Amino acid sequence: MTVSTTLTRAIVTADESGTRRPGRRGPDVPARAGIKARNRRETATGYTFLLPWIIGFVGLTLGPMLYSLYLAFTKYNLFTEPKWIGFDNFTRMFTEDPVYIQSVQITLVYVLVGTPIKLAAALAVAMLLNYRDRGSAFFRSSFYAPSLIGASVSVAIVWRAMFSTDGPVDNTLSFFGIEIGGWVGNVAMVLPMMILLAVWQFGAPMVIFLAGLKQIPKELYEAAEVDGAGPVRKFRSVTFPMLSSVIFFNLLLELINAFQVFASAYIISNGSGGPAGMTNFYTVYLYKRGFADLQMGYAAAMAWVLVIVVAIIAALLFKTQKSWVHYAGENR
Amino acid sequence: MSTATSEIARSEFLEVELQPEPAGRRRIKRKTVNTVIWFVVLLAVTAVVLYPLVWLVFATFKPSSEFGQNPGLLPDQPTIDNYFKVLEGIGGVPLWRFFANSLLIAVLAVVGTLFSSALAAYAFARVQFKGVGILFAAMIGTLLLPFHVVIIPQYIMFQKLELVDTYWPLILPKFLATEAFFVFLIVQFIRNIPRDMDEAAKIDGAGHWRIFVSIILPLIKPALITSAIFTFIWTWNDFLGPLLYVNSPELYPLPVALRLYNDQTSSSDYGATVAVSFLALLPILIFFVVFQRFLVDGVATQGLKG
Repeated sequence: MTVSTTLTRAIVTADESGTRRPGRRGPDVPARAGIKARNRRETATGYTFLLPWIIGFVGLTLGPMLYSLYLAFTKYNLFTEPKWIGFDNFTRMFTEDPVYIQSVQITLVYVLVGTPIKLAAALAVAMLLNYRDRGSAFFRSSFYAPSLIGASVSVAIVWRAMFSTDGPVDNTLSFFGIEIGGWVGNVAMVLPMMILLAVWQFGAPMVIFLAGLKQIPKELYEAAEVDGAGPVRKFRSVTFPMLSSVIFFNLLLELINAFQVFASAYIISNGSGGPAGMTNFYTVYLYKRGFADLQMGYAAAMAWVLVIVVAIIAALLFKTQKSWVHYAGENR
Repeated sequence: MSTATSEIARSEFLEVELQPEPAGRRRIKRKTVNTVIWFVVLLAVTAVVLYPLVWLVFATFKPSSEFGQNPGLLPDQPTIDNYFKVLEGIGGVPLWRFFANSLLIAVLAVVGTLFSSALAAYAFARVQFKGVGILFAAMIGTLLLPFHVVIIPQYIMFQKLELVDTYWPLILPKFLATEAFFVFLIVQFIRNIPRDMDEAAKIDGAGHWRIFVSIILPLIKPALITSAIFTFIWTWNDFLGPLLYVNSPELYPLPVALRLYNDQTSSSDYGATVAVSFLALLPILIFFVVFQRFLVDGVATQGLKG
């Protein structure tokens, strides 16, 4: 390593000797000038390679973010100039817009109920798959498939058909004596149905859990067994701490994803957010305000509230992780 | 793991210690029983998880009149009329057109994503330059940013540029590495490649471009394949993008066209709707069967969203 670095430096310096300015003397000076030139060249190369990303970041992320921050304080319908209205959008949201409040409520229910169930299912199945290696590849793939297609329009259409009145789900349940009478048009049941759709896609976090479980040394379980630990104790003292960084990662990712559910809710309700606003998730309402009613300022303000909420959740998670997330190689 | 499993595991341990002879056979028997239970439970989960998809496949062979009366799996009077009907298209646009549109967008998206993400990833992983730390942090930051905060200004921008109702707003961002997931995935992959080889190439006088093309690109093929498959599938499934930017039915990709079927025919022609849903899903399912290794491993190592 050292040899090759020295060699490289020597060669690079020699290579740059051609561009060295005349009049410099001494063995030190040209070498330093060479490194400087090299650094400059590295920087130029770095930015060249990064150019598409930088254009994208400035033009499609940073610029739009700043512009939407400005729009959040304006009234703007796409055709007339944005009109500055201060915090009006925000105060209207929380004091004069019951649809917004309902949208926040159902989104929170969806996120706070759906995500833990989804992650619990993912972890349970991952632990089951981790029990045996042979044959588990097939199951792993089968369980992952829904995650890949879950947000597609096709699946939303299937879901609507499966949960319609007298659909397959209803019929199976009534066979067991449970009468729901349709989920799609049912104000009480449409949100649980959406949560089931989310839980159905447990495969993605499951695969990540499984990879984490495979990293846990078997000796830890053996040691716990020697100490007489039961399954609950083993989970609490070995699995959970060893898996906590993966749990943290999955939790963060799934929470953020759940806030952004759109296509399935939009399709299942035919774009209406119904019945009675029960599928009017945050992003569906944002879309309707922005692109159907052309209230771009209001929609921008909504988007910023979402960003702030996501940032707070991420910050809280990062803050609490010290108390429960355990990283390998860290002293406890 | 159940209580029973661990009880058995513990008794196994004791038996091996105390009475190795008879325990051996019993242990094997218990292990077999456990494996059978394991297998049955997982098969049950598989059945539940895959049922909606299997139901969809069979439903495409049901005549529309059967919907609402026969919620079961098998059609009473199987028919392939749905497929014939669907092939005609809708609103004067033939079905193949929607497929071709989706394919065009997805292929361009894959090309753009691979090109821009690999370039950016190489710079982040291998080039030392001023500001790389801040830029990398910014890239990671965009991973967590809800993209709804940028769709409104982006829409206004593309509208001012008069690019609405073209594919530019759907494709251009892919050429500018806006999907940070893939940049991150490739960065992680490059970081795992030993530096010795690029050092050697440097000694031989190769520049960054040369190292990138001749050494790094061939070595990151698995990461590129994973990114390509995911980009294809996500683009193929994308609904919000085309819903915003594409207005002309003849330019619709499948998901938006599906909505057309769904809206206009949901009451009368359920058969056609499920048939076209299945056809739209088919390429992805084929992709999945062929590339599932890459997909599942890609998720396992990098935690991609589904």
